Amino acid sequence: MNFADSKKKLAVAGVICGLVAACLAYFGNPANMAFCIACFIRDMAGSLGMHQAAVVQYARPEIIGLVLGAFIISIATKEYRSTAGSSPMIRFVLGMIIMIGSLVFLGCPLRMVIRMSAGDLNAWVALIGFVGGVATGAFALKKGFSLGRAHETNKANGAVLPALMVAVLILLTCTSLLKFSEAGPGSMHAPIIMSLIGGLIFGAVAQKSRMCFAGGIRDVILMKNFDLLTIIGGLFVVMLVFNVATGKFVVGFNTPGIIAHSEHLWNILGMYAVGFAAVLAGGCPLRQLILAGQGSSDSAVTVMGLFVGAALCHNLGLASSGTAVNAETKELVLGAASANGKIAVIICIVVLFIIGFTCKRESAK
Amino acid sequence: MKEVDARGLSCPEPLMMTADALKNADGPIKVLVSEPHQKTNVEKFAKDRGKKATTTQKGSEFEIVIE
Repeated sequence: MNFADSKKKLAVAGVICGLVAACLAYFGNPANMAFCIACFIRDMAGSLGMHQAAVVQYARPEIIGLVLGAFIISIATKEYRSTAGSSPMIRFVLGMIIMIGSLVFLGCPLRMVIRMSAGDLNAWVALIGFVGGVATGAFALKKGFSLGRAHETNKANGAVLPALMVAVLILLTCTSLLKFSEAGPGSMHAPIIMSLIGGLIFGAVAQKSRMCFAGGIRDVILMKNFDLLTIIGGLFVVMLVFNVATGKFVVGFNTPGIIAHSEHLWNILGMYAVGFAAVLAGGCPLRQLILAGQGSSDSAVTVMGLFVGAALCHNLGLASSGTAVNAETKELVLGAASANGKIAVIICIVVLFIIGFTCKRESAK
Repeated sequence: MKEVDARGLSCPEPLMMTADALKNADGPIKVLVSEPHQKTNVEKFAKDRGKKATTTQKGSEFEIVIE
């Protein structure tokens, strides 16, 4: 089925992905994380021992499923192309920046939408930054920004990331090598098989519908095209219904237990960096996983950047903390962006301006 | 015929280049892309603007003539 040829089908694609996310949240995933790409890559980096934050370590089968779902459907529908060579190291840095910005805000664009659907006003504040970042990226594109051409490579090259994902799945299911959180968000998860199937469905639908959270807003700004935004609308509505139905819809700032903080400036700047970097990289974290699944080594390198960025965030204390209730004193402990995280976000934004306004298309030089 | 070579470029560059070329072209234009999703995007872009798009596959790449 081609989802991309009508708005109605695109909305259906969003609804299917929303149902998958709601289902996984119902069966054990942290509620408003549900299917957060940044959080889940961070958890997987932890499970591989790339960082030592004990509460966020689990090789999320959703990530494995996303890559494999896109890989399988792209081969089945002859859309698989093994390509590489479009400024891989710049893309690696963009991946790191996307993760750092995400973990200062505490979520990728997909989780931002999920948090918005749960009434978390911090996510609505962060949306301002995300739209601003996407707009800045769109402006850079208009000024001639490009990372250059990718070329076809050896067919096997594009299959390396999917193969690595299969390897992680084998390690997860057949060995006890990987780290696994005993408490905290990393310990909360739906059954492995359900997460894997959910990831496969989400990945296949995202590949066919070209779902992209940065692209949705970018296309509206650049070409007044609302197609990709329609998918996000579908997903938002399903998650909104799920949250209201399960009593998880709480409007407010500083809501404990939802892994979010209310430092508005840093929510805005974190997501500004994510939106800007995602447009320069040609897609949000979800889209990078999908493109990597359909054979793009450039996107696979961006994904590697996400992993390294996640490790840095926890090894160097860049990630923010979420508002929570102290179990003993019952006092509300406000979440906050760390000083290191704030400095990192500013550096990231400076780097983005340098990349965005110095890398030009051949014809725009 | 004016030719736009957008092979290997990331989204949304192929569409931006097509839009630019259409703005300045008198007659039909030829757009080259390498990814199936970009082929669909360019075809849809042409259709939305009331133009006719004819696609031929050349190896693993696509040639779209918009008129």
